[in-house]
Amino acid sequence: MTFHPAMPYGTPDWHKSARKLADEGPPFEFTPENRRKLDEILTRYPADRRRSALLPALYLVQDQQGYVSGHAMTHVAEIIGCSRADVEDVVSYYVMFFTKPVGRHVLGVCRTLSCALNGAERLTEAIAGKLGIAPGETDPTGEFTLIEMECLGACDRAPVIMVNNEYWHECQGADDVDRLLETLRTRGVAGLTGCHHVKEK
Amino acid sequence: MRLAEPVLTAHVTEPNAHTLERYLEWGGYQAMLKALAQAPGEVIETVKQSGLRGRGGAGFPTGMKWGFVPKDVARPKYLCVNADESEPGTFKDHLLMERNPHLLFEGSVIACHSIGAKVAYIYIRGEFYHVQRVLEAELAKAYAEGYLGKNIRGTGVDCDIYVHRGAGAYEAGEESALLESLEGKRAQPRLRPPFPAVVGLYGCPTIINNVETIANVPLIFEKGPEWFASIGPEKNSGPKLYCISGHVARPGVYETSMDVTLRELVYDFAGGMKDGRALKAIIPGGSSVNVLTPDALDAQASFDGLVKAGSMLGSAAMMVMDETTDMVWLAANLTHFYKHESCGKCTPCREGSDWMYKVLQKILRGEGQLRDIDLLLSIADQIGGKTLCPFGDAEIAPVVSTIQHFRHEYEHYIREGRSLVPRAPWRGSGSLAHAH
Repeated sequence: MTFHPAMPYGTPDWHKSARKLADEGPPFEFTPENRRKLDEILTRYPADRRRSALLPALYLVQDQQGYVSGHAMTHVAEIIGCSRADVEDVVSYYVMFFTKPVGRHVLGVCRTLSCALNGAERLTEAIAGKLGIAPGETDPTGEFTLIEMECLGACDRAPVIMVNNEYWHECQGADDVDRLLETLRTRGVAGLTGCHHVKEK
Repeated sequence: MRLAEPVLTAHVTEPNAHTLERYLEWGGYQAMLKALAQAPGEVIETVKQSGLRGRGGAGFPTGMKWGFVPKDVARPKYLCVNADESEPGTFKDHLLMERNPHLLFEGSVIACHSIGAKVAYIYIRGEFYHVQRVLEAELAKAYAEGYLGKNIRGTGVDCDIYVHRGAGAYEAGEESALLESLEGKRAQPRLRPPFPAVVGLYGCPTIINNVETIANVPLIFEKGPEWFASIGPEKNSGPKLYCISGHVARPGVYETSMDVTLRELVYDFAGGMKDGRALKAIIPGGSSVNVLTPDALDAQASFDGLVKAGSMLGSAAMMVMDETTDMVWLAANLTHFYKHESCGKCTPCREGSDWMYKVLQKILRGEGQLRDIDLLLSIADQIGGKTLCPFGDAEIAPVVSTIQHFRHEYEHYIREGRSLVPRAPWRGSGSLAHAH
């Protein structure tokens, strides 16, 4: 560690690093269908480079059980042929893998500049207020998890929300949060606006 | 010469623009067949003549990059298309891939042919799942029609393209970190040399190009390198996509040539400022470049023009701020981004981004001291140029350039304990604690 002479070292929250161990979770094994999908994905990379399929494998885990548990990491490591530590190293690095169970709808609100200039902060506050939770938390009903994302790459339709890592919702105003939450509760992701680039104009 | 009409995005607003059927109607894949009939060396020469420079941020000449791949090695060679598009403010590749994916495939095959690669990976950011679905569906059609795979349209050339989805890491857009990620590891940069053109993916020669760079390649063969070189100013040739967002009336992706000025982009293309408010600042190339003030509006939005103006073209992501923007808040917003996204490999970047964020938060809370401004500059000085990848230089740009142009706002915060700019209506109440 290097030291800067003018930094207030010694304050309690200054320099903390902690190793968080993954929750082992229930026993995990891929469904035959997901296992088939993974075997197909493995053919895209050289035979001696199976580790390249690690991110796709973890997405399959998340599809199957909603998050990535410790048991799932061990299972993936065995199939890929790497160590459990290698898998944990990767899971803990990428923000799109959840290491704990999450709500039925994970709302990822973009917080970076272009969305912020168009009211993302108000939007996140409104959602947090309605659900009675802070970013990073799941509401008591288990319906919604709220997280803040960094730039999602659709800055012309700010503010942008990504739902469940896959579905998009654009131009969401803070004043209209009730409708968004109600739509998701009743109609699920079908009620989202989608990404405007996909839609034909 | 100014680009007469859009070419990369000519059809993007038409129904089913992304499909192979429509692409073929518009003469798609003819450029590829023309290029595959040439020897690899000739293809590289043609790209060099066009003057195409990489659209990912650095503006490195594409033909020259391809020429670095050693010719006489037995190892396989790879093309990696950088579709990680994570630079704040950038959404051009998003549009290209959604609405014109075959242009990307066509360019990829040409690039593979020129360097002797048989496989291309399109590394797409994890958040673009909806784009991945479009790409994979269209790839399947291109395979079925023989535009990809073995012996493409009887030319004897083989080329496979796979889409590889990342999982949320800005750093994966850095070329050597992208390779690490593609190998199933954390996206952290590698020490160079050796450069990826010699030792890249799986230790093999690898070229990494941005989506927009590759999408320009078929145009060079369709319309000729002379045409390409004639578009825009010298050494900054070809069509260019600009992403304009923030406080403008019509945010979006606009295609023109690099003889355009910042003023034209903001006031003509993007329809001027939203709600008639005054322009305060513009970030011309994604969050990693220096902030400019309205004085720079007449600068040419080209690689060289923006360097002259004291910033960079980067990924051509223009973020426009009006008079309601608190520039210290802006520096903190972007520093939060860098602190969150630092891959953690190099100490100056990992620790420095966190330090800068803490000092900025202290100023925003009204607890700053005047020496904190120099402290920020001192930390920045210990980050810039001292990291394995350009992330270090990127993360100091918002801090250093806002201090350079808006030092009085920092001083006001420190002296008065509050912002010089009244809290904007688009800001929240500040109840979300960003103490993480």
